[in-house]
Amino acid sequence: MKSLFGVRAWFRSGTPWIWLNAGAIALCLVMVVGVLGLIVVRGGSHFWPADLQQTEWTPESGQKKVIMGELVRAETVSAVMLRESGATVPAELEAVTRYLVKVGNRDVYGRDFSWYMDYEITGWTVPEGAIALERRERGNFYGFPLKLSEGDKLIAEGVAMWPELLQRVERANAIFQQMKDIEKNDISRINNQIEELRLAERRLVLDQVSQAEMAEFKAQAAAENKILNDEYEVIQQKLDQLRAESNRDSLVVRSAEGREVTVSLANIVNAYAPNDMSVWQKTKHYVAGIGNFLTEEPREANTEGGIFPAIFGTVTMVILMAIIVTPFGVLAAIYLREYAKQGPLLKIIRISVYNLAGVPSIVYGVFGLGFFVYIMGGSIDQLFYPEALPSPTFGTPGLFWASLTLALLTLPVVIVSTEEGLSRIPSTIRMGSLALGATKSETLWKVVVPLATPAMMTGLILAVARAAGEVAPLMLVGVVKLAPTLPIDGNFPFIHLDQKIMHLGFHVFDVGFQSPNVEASRPLLYATALVLVLLIVVLNMAAIYMRNRLREKYRSDTD
Amino acid sequence: MKMNQDKLTAPPVETELKLSDEKIKLQVNDLKLYYGDALALKSVNMTIPEKRVTAFIGPSGCGKSTLLRCFNRMNDLVDICRIEGQILMDGQNIYDPKIDVAELRRQVGMVFQKPNPFPKSIYENVAYGLRLQGVKDKRILDEVVETSLKGAALWNEVKDRLHDNAFGLSGGQQQRLVIARAIAIEPEVLLLDEPASALDPISTLKIEELIYELKDKYTIVIVTHNMQQAARVSDYTAFMYMGDLIEFDATNKMFTNPSQQQTEDYITGRFG
Repeated sequence: MKSLFGVRAWFRSGTPWIWLNAGAIALCLVMVVGVLGLIVVRGGSHFWPADLQQTEWTPESGQKKVIMGELVRAETVSAVMLRESGATVPAELEAVTRYLVKVGNRDVYGRDFSWYMDYEITGWTVPEGAIALERRERGNFYGFPLKLSEGDKLIAEGVAMWPELLQRVERANAIFQQMKDIEKNDISRINNQIEELRLAERRLVLDQVSQAEMAEFKAQAAAENKILNDEYEVIQQKLDQLRAESNRDSLVVRSAEGREVTVSLANIVNAYAPNDMSVWQKTKHYVAGIGNFLTEEPREANTEGGIFPAIFGTVTMVILMAIIVTPFGVLAAIYLREYAKQGPLLKIIRISVYNLAGVPSIVYGVFGLGFFVYIMGGSIDQLFYPEALPSPTFGTPGLFWASLTLALLTLPVVIVSTEEGLSRIPSTIRMGSLALGATKSETLWKVVVPLATPAMMTGLILAVARAAGEVAPLMLVGVVKLAPTLPIDGNFPFIHLDQKIMHLGFHVFDVGFQSPNVEASRPLLYATALVLVLLIVVLNMAAIYMRNRLREKYRSDTD
Repeated sequence: MKMNQDKLTAPPVETELKLSDEKIKLQVNDLKLYYGDALALKSVNMTIPEKRVTAFIGPSGCGKSTLLRCFNRMNDLVDICRIEGQILMDGQNIYDPKIDVAELRRQVGMVFQKPNPFPKSIYENVAYGLRLQGVKDKRILDEVVETSLKGAALWNEVKDRLHDNAFGLSGGQQQRLVIARAIAIEPEVLLLDEPASALDPISTLKIEELIYELKDKYTIVIVTHNMQQAARVSDYTAFMYMGDLIEFDATNKMFTNPSQQQTEDYITGRFG
């Protein structure tokens, strides 16, 4: 009886188990929150307009220089390590704090991130009037504005130019947008039509039509070509005119150490003066920055700009995958569960299907490339697009093959969930339908399958979550580093299944590990990862919402 | 189940029923049923009279539900089940290979032990059988739904919420809905497999009243564990034991003066 009050009693009460279980779930929560917190903090802080800090730097050579930029981070390293790597550190120091500064001005310094040792610099100050120019090429410029001119005419100088500058940057951006629209719509349409004509001619050659017919077509094509070329000329002229317009204004800026640089306003995406902004203005800038990141195309080898094509490509691919995999998986599951004769063969098939879920995804990628792209795509090209050969249409990685490969990858998940859903439908409901004179297939389609839809949705949710996050097989079957043209546009047939796409998962890989400018792309890496996670969450929430509505609709007292 | 013979209430029948006077609806000839190698029904011979309530009683596993399922060929769904012999409905063998099973089941409706409404609205549940037959006319459907629900004594309770989900009904209401669903397609025979065993006493009473009203139009066969129920609702009673039909006679006679010792023992609660 004594032991009832001791450690043994405590064990027998089950309390340790509760602690163990609670501990496990706490650990899970810590990990999830940690991962999300890391990417939110690292990715989110990138868009905040940091103050431009200035200091005086005296390197070993003794030449004093003023530098200015965004302080990215500071770290303390041991002096021994620095000495070993070749730096001359004063003998009395044991540890050195060094600062990573985004100094920008790549055209001046050659690189836009530099380390500075704290013994080489004086303290940091925040100079008034410093501005940051976000440029289309060569990264950010940090400096002080001197002169704003229109052609050769001086418009404004110094601080007074600021409102004028913003207005003119806006104008240049509007022109840039107009040029981009023309390139995207008109020029791509004309190019498409010219290509269509070339293909039509090639088709006739392949069909071996008569000389007369050929000549007739050629005359007609030449006429159409001429019209298109004329149209193109007009558009080109308009473009040239717009380009000249956008280059009208230029800004002279002085970098921190005193170099004067002229920047054409056509090259400026955004100008802001972080040191003079209030918190409210900074917040506005922050929100706008996130908006731009989500809606713009990437620039400078994916180290700047936005990720819109990647978001669009991921969503398109996942939706297409869902459209392919759902009917396939559901039909297969219905056959396996409802019609196939239960026996050893079926058992083997079922085990094989279940095991397909465990096959490494890169294997699917290789299969997709070898079978879908080369064999199927190659045959489609031979049969339907012979005129375009030798350049492949479907015989090359693209959106459709990526979706198809992912559909294959996620097929087992859908089959397993659907089968489980079907097996959970109470047999009394089937009997009820059969007893009313329904045939087996009537019972299936009118009663059983509708009841199993929530389970199918569960399968689809799992499939979408897996597909959206998959990267390895996609590299082989259609996802590329940069494809600013979207797979859906205004040219017939509007959805271009053969087009290569960008994908958030691959974008993370590319930005993180293939980037020419590691420091610049680091925050983008986190931001992209965050967007990918949020996108999967959104897709899942949408599917879960639909499933819950279906569950409500088919609520059964047996659940 | 313990009860005393003399405490049973006699069925409300004025004139004494005799099987030989009845018009025969179903005739079972030398029916044998195997589950795999096991013989579940050992050569059953019986006749089910038209527009009467026939009850099957007997201890669990005696084969009464199995026999019931033979009448609409529900046993076909069991892979290992094999049947020998005949069941004639109006002289036609329902086990004839030429018979359309779906058509047979339209004529022989069935209600199961547990209420099994479809995950649809009350209206759609009742209209299901008609829709299967291709009836699309809204007017006809409305009319049949109403008469069927009235026939199943459910109309007054659900007429304002016909388009609500059927799962919102209570167990007893669900069971009456299932009966309405079965009579909507106007079967000739209605098979009831322990229709009240999952219900509370008040719902049970309602179902029994309903059976009493339905027998004017349908031939009803009911399997029950509850001997009072058999005594209350049925005109004829069959006692089955271990796959054999032991005795089959007018309910009045079975419960007052059974001819077999086994029947008497079971009814008086000496075994089972």
